[in-house]
Amino acid sequence: MLHIPCPYCGPRDETEFHYGSEAGVAYPENREEMSDEEWGKFVFIRSNPKGWFAERWVHSAGCRRWFNVWRNTVTHEFGPSYKPFTQQPKSPA
Amino acid sequence: MSTVTFTFDGKTYEGRTGDTLAAALLLNGVVHFTDSAYRERPRGIVGLGHEEPNALVYVDSGAGEPMIAATVIEVVDGLIARSLQGAGDLPDTRDESRYDKKFIHADVVVVGAGLAGLAAAGEQAKAGKDVVIVDDQPTPGGHARATGESIPAELLAVLDLPNVKYLPRTVMHGLYDQGYSVASERRTDHESSAVSKDKARIRTWHFRADHTILATGAFQRHIVFANNDLPGIMLSHAAATYVARDGVAVFKTAVVVTLDNQGYRDAVRLHNAGVKVNAIIDLRTDASGPSVEAAKAAGIEIITGKTAVDACAKEDGTVKCVSVGNPDGSEATCIDGDLIALSGGWTPTVHLATYIGVKPTWDASLAAFLVKSSNQWYSTAGMLAGDFGGDDSPSVFFGAAQTDEQALEAFVDFQRDATLRDVRRAIKAGMQSIEHVKRYTAIGTAHDQGKTSGTITMGLIGQALDRAPDEIGSLTFRPPYIPVPFASLAGRERGILNEPERKTPIHALHVAAKAPMEDVGQWKRPWYFPVGNEDIQTSLLRECAAVRAGVGVMDASTLGKIDIQGPDAGEFLDRIYTNMFSTLKVGASRYGFMCGIDGMVFDDGVTTRLAEDHFLMTTTTGGAAKVLDWLEEWLYTEWPDLKVYCTSVTEQISTVAIVGPKSRNLLAKLSPGLDASNEAFGFMENKFADVAGIPARIARISFSGELAYEINIDAWYGSHIWAAVMSEGAEFGITPYGTEAMHVLRAEKGYVILGQDTDGTQTPMDLGMDWIVSKKKDFIGKRSFSRSDTAREGRHQLVGFLPVDGQVVIPEGAYVTAESDASSKPPVKHIGYVTSSYMSAELGRSFAMGMLANGAARHGEIVAVPFDGKVVMAEVTEPLFVDKENTRRDG
Repeated sequence: MLHIPCPYCGPRDETEFHYGSEAGVAYPENREEMSDEEWGKFVFIRSNPKGWFAERWVHSAGCRRWFNVWRNTVTHEFGPSYKPFTQQPKSPA
Repeated sequence: MSTVTFTFDGKTYEGRTGDTLAAALLLNGVVHFTDSAYRERPRGIVGLGHEEPNALVYVDSGAGEPMIAATVIEVVDGLIARSLQGAGDLPDTRDESRYDKKFIHADVVVVGAGLAGLAAAGEQAKAGKDVVIVDDQPTPGGHARATGESIPAELLAVLDLPNVKYLPRTVMHGLYDQGYSVASERRTDHESSAVSKDKARIRTWHFRADHTILATGAFQRHIVFANNDLPGIMLSHAAATYVARDGVAVFKTAVVVTLDNQGYRDAVRLHNAGVKVNAIIDLRTDASGPSVEAAKAAGIEIITGKTAVDACAKEDGTVKCVSVGNPDGSEATCIDGDLIALSGGWTPTVHLATYIGVKPTWDASLAAFLVKSSNQWYSTAGMLAGDFGGDDSPSVFFGAAQTDEQALEAFVDFQRDATLRDVRRAIKAGMQSIEHVKRYTAIGTAHDQGKTSGTITMGLIGQALDRAPDEIGSLTFRPPYIPVPFASLAGRERGILNEPERKTPIHALHVAAKAPMEDVGQWKRPWYFPVGNEDIQTSLLRECAAVRAGVGVMDASTLGKIDIQGPDAGEFLDRIYTNMFSTLKVGASRYGFMCGIDGMVFDDGVTTRLAEDHFLMTTTTGGAAKVLDWLEEWLYTEWPDLKVYCTSVTEQISTVAIVGPKSRNLLAKLSPGLDASNEAFGFMENKFADVAGIPARIARISFSGELAYEINIDAWYGSHIWAAVMSEGAEFGITPYGTEAMHVLRAEKGYVILGQDTDGTQTPMDLGMDWIVSKKKDFIGKRSFSRSDTAREGRHQLVGFLPVDGQVVIPEGAYVTAESDASSKPPVKHIGYVTSSYMSAELGRSFAMGMLANGAARHGEIVAVPFDGKVVMAEVTEPLFVDKENTRRDG
């Protein structure tokens, strides 16, 4: 069970969280101008890197807030977490 | 030590407290323990602890155990056990023992209270760390506990330090990421054979540690040769411990077959305990060191350059002698022994390390897989780290050359009856990786999970292919390390505590009315309200008819309710819902759909505007938590500029729906101050008034097409209002109805239930609800409506189905095929499926809804629905069956 650093509450057990996929994928502003292909990419495609990955989690059974965190998909190590709309810390890699 | 009486295989024996069942049986002369699972060969005890492959028992006394090694349970008075032939059964009776769990955040967890574990724990404790030591044995010392070596006093003193917690009889069976681990502590089985209802029998420990030190020790390996499974052939360390420590006297003579110096040490222990050791057979010709000198001094004959090739049995099935020859199998001669003690090298217990992805490395000088690596989360000590002590220089060898005939009797995995012949067949079939050979031969897949056989198998494959054992693949184990009872993982969360049950404030009245309950997520909802001995179908038709002709009452308290407040709440809802909410008048309600960004409908419900900046959203019963997460996600991650706050109020409000043409008369009676006329209280409007003396919000909402009112009150008053509705409604023939009638009534009107009629692949247009999609504003999912796949012709669309034979109810989930395929042989292309299907009291016939390719354009067509080996014809209709003009909702 992962130990996830919530930036609001501190490290907590994985069972308190829900996963939210890749961080930093903004809801596009110009939706109506986007081609089907561009829109389809936004809706369905997310990166899936081997190694460090910035992703979103929500502390559902805690403060109920969303945040972003670096996680290594190979070692399951966590890097720094950060609140939405704040400067993304550098990848620990 | 006190004397106890126990029963094994129906015979009564005496034993001593503190002895394992295995030791107690050997003390009583039981050498032939059981027969093997597949080939029914006689088998005896082989090992000393969790590595034991043969001596499995079923425990009948106390809580019972379906399958456990006799080497890991202690004898107590009244213990009743019987031998198992490789497979156990779960008892039919409920285990009444208590189980519990505890959580510890520690600086350091040390696994193993052997000398290495104690030393590591002491070092950490003296540095000020809070340390937990878990150990599978009843007393500390590990290996030294078995050999009788003295344990230094300063190491034992570590256990008494105030910042050290010592947990004996505790096996760590899982190690996970970021220092999380799980262990099982057996707390009562060694004290009493009775069911332990007060003190927890097994406690599951959950640790979160900054660092875990694995000092898990090692198991001894056997050697592979023909008939190496005869009772009386044992691991030398186990045999010497049973004889020298526990006083087992059943073996008079012994032969030790060894690949390392451990065999010499065990030979001396046997010799000193009075066993005549006829010979030490050492494959090596250059063995040296104090252990060898001690054996020589004891006068034990040492034969070098030879190893075991075969073995013979006495008439009683136990071992008579071992045939000793060259490693190529030649020049073999027999040497007698009641005990053949095998020392095939040590296999460190790498399991926990592999659970967190660590790859053990092969050390040829120790003939062992080791874990010498470490990181922030783990490190190793003792034998696992390669510290074997002693003076060993073992031979890397797993068994002598065997003919195919011998190989058929040369066992690798005793519990699976898997032999060298099986390994050879796997290799001949082209397999080289341990992962493939394991699956082909089933080696390592039994109760013991290959604790003795894993490394041997890799060695044998290596010998056959002329490779080192680590070139065959890597040892991968998965938790749990030992079999763990589910009850111990559940702890006290059993029965009613296993899964929370959510009950509405009116639940007790439903139970008193003898309504069977339906599980809707965690909610208990009344399913139907039978009168007398009615079955569900009779009750259902009566309930539906009563609602359509008179008045019914339903408990709708389970609907998800989210309170949404803030100056931007209207704007927020416009973005979330496909239809407009910012224009909704205060006091009015509106039904809405919400879609994902893919444009697919995922929840629906009625939202009411209570004030300019205050809405109350309802969601599906099962979708409440998911919808709240969804709202928070957008507020937090996309629209932080919106001033909106959401709170779940599902359990704060009780909702009693009164439904049917007579509901207005009933409401007027319940709330005399309220003008309930159609002119004063219109559809989708809300009124605040006292109902049965309680302040209520009354909403004119209908999920049946009938005139209906939902009475919303503070949850405390739920039962009071329900009771008032029942008594005041008596003169109108008030009829309580359950979820089943609700489903039929809404389906008669073509109202979808999200999750039943939809599965996340339907747009509002697919459901024929274009009207709910605003053209004036943007909302989540809108852009996806014009995607080529979403906008294409021929999508599945919601339709009604009327079976030609109105007495046939098509099962929900049935596939729909073209009429022309009615008599085609399978495979037949399906063009749709049925999602809701019922018998209707109102229609006097069956009806159904479902999805059909291009369905909106196919009303009037006939389709074929195959199920249960027959084909039913049905007419495609619009999904609306009752009151097509929508006149009933006004009463």
